[in-house]
Amino acid sequence: MSTTHDFQLHRDAFGKLIFTGSDGEAHEALPVRAFPIGAPDKGIALVDPHGHELAWIDALADLDAERRQLVESELASREFMPVIERIIEVSSYATPSTWTIVTNRGETKLILKGEEDIRRLAAQALLIADSNGIQYLIRDRGALDAHSRKILDRFL
Amino acid sequence: MTQSPATPTALQPILPTSSQIPLPEAWQPVVEAQLVKEEKVLAWLEIDLNTSLHFGKGLIVLTDRRLLARTGDTPEWQSQPLREGLRLTRRDHAGVGSLELFDATGRLAHWRYTLGQDVAAGRLIDHVNRQLDFVVTGVAPTPPAQAVCPKCETPLLAGQDECPVCSKEELTPPSTWTLFRLWRFARPYRWQLLAGFLLSLATTAATLVPPYMTMPLMDKVLIPYQNGKPIDTGLVTLYLSGLLGAALLAWVLGWARTYILALVSERIGRDLRTTTYEHLLKLSQEYFGGKRTGDLMARIGSETDRINIFISLHFLDFATDVLMISMTTLILVSINPWLALVTLLPLPVIAFLIHTVRERLRTGFEKVDRIWAEVTNVLADTIPGIRVVKAFAQESREAARFRAANQHNLEVNDKVNKVWSLFGPTVTLLTEVGLLIIWGFGIWQISRNDISVGVLTAFLAYIGRFYTRLDSMSRIVSVTQKAAAGAKRIFDILDHVSSVPEPATPVHLPAVAGRIELRNVGFRYGTRSVTRDISLTIEPGEMVGLVGHSGSGKSTMVNLICRFYDVSEGAILIDGVDIRSVPVAEYRKNIGLVLQEPFLFFGTIAENIAYGKPDATREEIVAAARAAHAHEFILRLPHGYDSLVGERGQALSGGERQRISIARALLIDPKILILDEATSSVDTTTEKEIQKALDNLVRGRTTIAIAHRLSTLREANRLVVLDRGSVVEVGNHDELMAQEGHYYRLYQAQARNVDTEGGSDLEAGGEDDKGDRE
Ligand SMILES: Nc1ncnc2c1ncn2[C@@H]1O[C@H](COP(=O)(O)OP(=O)(O)OP(=O)(O)O)[C@@H](O)[C@H]1O
Ligand SMILES: [Mg+2]
Repeated sequence: MSTTHDFQLHRDAFGKLIFTGSDGEAHEALPVRAFPIGAPDKGIALVDPHGHELAWIDALADLDAERRQLVESELASREFMPVIERIIEVSSYATPSTWTIVTNRGETKLILKGEEDIRRLAAQALLIADSNGIQYLIRDRGALDAHSRKILDRFL
Repeated sequence: MTQSPATPTALQPILPTSSQIPLPEAWQPVVEAQLVKEEKVLAWLEIDLNTSLHFGKGLIVLTDRRLLARTGDTPEWQSQPLREGLRLTRRDHAGVGSLELFDATGRLAHWRYTLGQDVAAGRLIDHVNRQLDFVVTGVAPTPPAQAVCPKCETPLLAGQDECPVCSKEELTPPSTWTLFRLWRFARPYRWQLLAGFLLSLATTAATLVPPYMTMPLMDKVLIPYQNGKPIDTGLVTLYLSGLLGAALLAWVLGWARTYILALVSERIGRDLRTTTYEHLLKLSQEYFGGKRTGDLMARIGSETDRINIFISLHFLDFATDVLMISMTTLILVSINPWLALVTLLPLPVIAFLIHTVRERLRTGFEKVDRIWAEVTNVLADTIPGIRVVKAFAQESREAARFRAANQHNLEVNDKVNKVWSLFGPTVTLLTEVGLLIIWGFGIWQISRNDISVGVLTAFLAYIGRFYTRLDSMSRIVSVTQKAAAGAKRIFDILDHVSSVPEPATPVHLPAVAGRIELRNVGFRYGTRSVTRDISLTIEPGEMVGLVGHSGSGKSTMVNLICRFYDVSEGAILIDGVDIRSVPVAEYRKNIGLVLQEPFLFFGTIAENIAYGKPDATREEIVAAARAAHAHEFILRLPHGYDSLVGERGQALSGGERQRISIARALLIDPKILILDEATSSVDTTTEKEIQKALDNLVRGRTTIAIAHRLSTLREANRLVVLDRGSVVEVGNHDELMAQEGHYYRLYQAQARNVDTEGGSDLEAGGEDDKGDRE
């Protein structure tokens, strides 16, 4: 797809992102990251509500500041992958287990249904899905404090 | 990416205007301060995210005149009076739900919550819509016609005492005292176990006799002889035959004990395995979706083995060890209390050691188990996929994967062994030291004439046994921890409550007519919302065709109707009864299902066809095969109906497998027939033939057929067109063609026999859209 990005973006009164292509046609658009975990800033697609691709952005940096800000703010308002910074306690080492954690989005509790809900990503990163399907990310489990690491280790 | 606004359930006024659920205590004073005189709270929703998606509690309150809201980050309240044109919608993405409030000019507010609150959010929307209706039209909403769950206001259906939504949320972890829970499996063998226990006790008691005899042998025979007295032959014979007798007794008892316990051990193992497997089979598809085959195999296979050995051998050994140690201690104390005291010196040290390593060993062994499962997983993953591995020449990569898993296994084992290997010898060292001390202390006491030489010899003989016991007792630490780790993983399975639970008060359906009704069905796989608000009634004997793009939710609907998964919202009814109220197996007996990916078991063709009805006669099997147009190709096989199909039916072609699975579904003569792409892998002529046969069979049965080739669905009474999880059109072929909507475009695309990528908006499936290219 093109890398010239000859489309326009703006936000309407309903809070929706509106895409206007080179043909002048306006569509509601949603930005979607192609590799949300592996390469979040590379490869972003703008899709319409039906799931058709409107435009492909190779890298966010390719966009001018205004459009980039729109895309980023829309992404930020839709993305939810709290990063676990600390594990305070767990209700039990057997699953289902309730974890009290501190994330970059505040303190919360998550319910881990089974050990298989902890997915190993590349290197030391982990992705934990709770019983409601929210994904929690641990960027580097080596970088956690000793207490959290000890708890986590029991589940791996 | 779903963005369909939640439609109010205007058809069924089931909710009362005012919610029955009281406001949480903490919020009451805060909310009351906001209310004006005579303003009444009707409903509320606690939200747990703020607008910038940080965790924080907020509240949305519906009163009789307005919507009040407060998010976690500000103490201020927003207020929106209820008025015409106001609209509250919800949608969700990646585990976060959004409630948005619109009027004609734009978005007024939006709130965020995690999906745990989604049902509650839906309820709030219902309340808002009803109150809005009332405010705008002035007509009082009708009172609820149905019983609702007091906790979450889901309507309850016939036979439901408990709310199916609330009761699903049981998330209590299994207790830590898992090993004691194994008693359940040992109980049937308690008498054998008791006999085994008594026998081991007796064996050990018999082994305690010889050392006692060394005392008089030493003091009454050997030492007097050294001092010049002649040997008393009678006495010697007596003592020696006593020694022999004790040894023989110990031998007989030991044999009986080992035999009995071995028998019990195997039986406990068998029970444990079958119980676990039976439970596993009852679990829902969702459970299997999340688990790895190898892991489950490891749990049921090797870990049960370890547990039964633990129960029948080690646990009893441990009990006898404890008893023996106390008995020996008693004997020692009775001979000489001081010497006895010295003997017991290493005990506290060993106890301390056990305490320190126990936890580390247990977690270590748990890890070892998990890693072992990982090794099995690699095997279970690659062997069935061997064709792909070979086709892409990735043998070395798979070998590397296996090697890596093994390496990991090695590392974890090394770590545990480090602790463990140090522990055993340390205990041995301690006992050696104990022996030394006794020698020293004993000699000192003899020199002071406090004890005789015989007493010291007896002591030393006892001590040998005493410390062996201690050693084996400390060894139990590792087996116990191993068994505890295994037990935990077994109970993980046994404690898992199926997510399609059996009803508490089942409703039995004597004869099923086959009327299927879907009421506002919503479903999500995890957070991924797949279907929304589907309402559809299929009359008995009707044939309904499901069409739509790849990924539009057709198979999902089948999964829901078969109750492989339970709906997230709404309900599915069979003959007017919620399928969640009918015993699962009883319900599924009425369904003949042909899956998109046919699966055959290892066995003969006849066995595979008769899978759902093992007692079927040969005539029935042949008749079913004929109907499915499988008969002729089966006859061409070297052993006809007795041919083996190989694992997963490898020996057959895709179309042949499909026809066998159609025959399988037909044989059970079901009231409801579900064909999910049943004929997608056969050529058009064969399909036509199967179709002809099916046309007869379909008569009188409720049939749901899915097909990408629209011609397959010619006979359908109605076609239901799905698009992105919603029903978009319903009608017969002619009606739908006249509408010129989704179906029309789908049909045109196939008729033109061209790839319409990008053309019609039905092409939402994108590149995985194989069906349209016929
Ligand atoms: N187990 C699952 N977990 C998560 N998502 C799933 C699961 N099964 C299906 N889906 C998703 O649900 C959607 C509907 O799938 P479904 O199998 O019902 O499609 P379909 O209409 O049968 O398609 P096809 O015609 O290709 O068989 C798809 O987007 C699919 O990715
Ligand atoms: Mg399908």
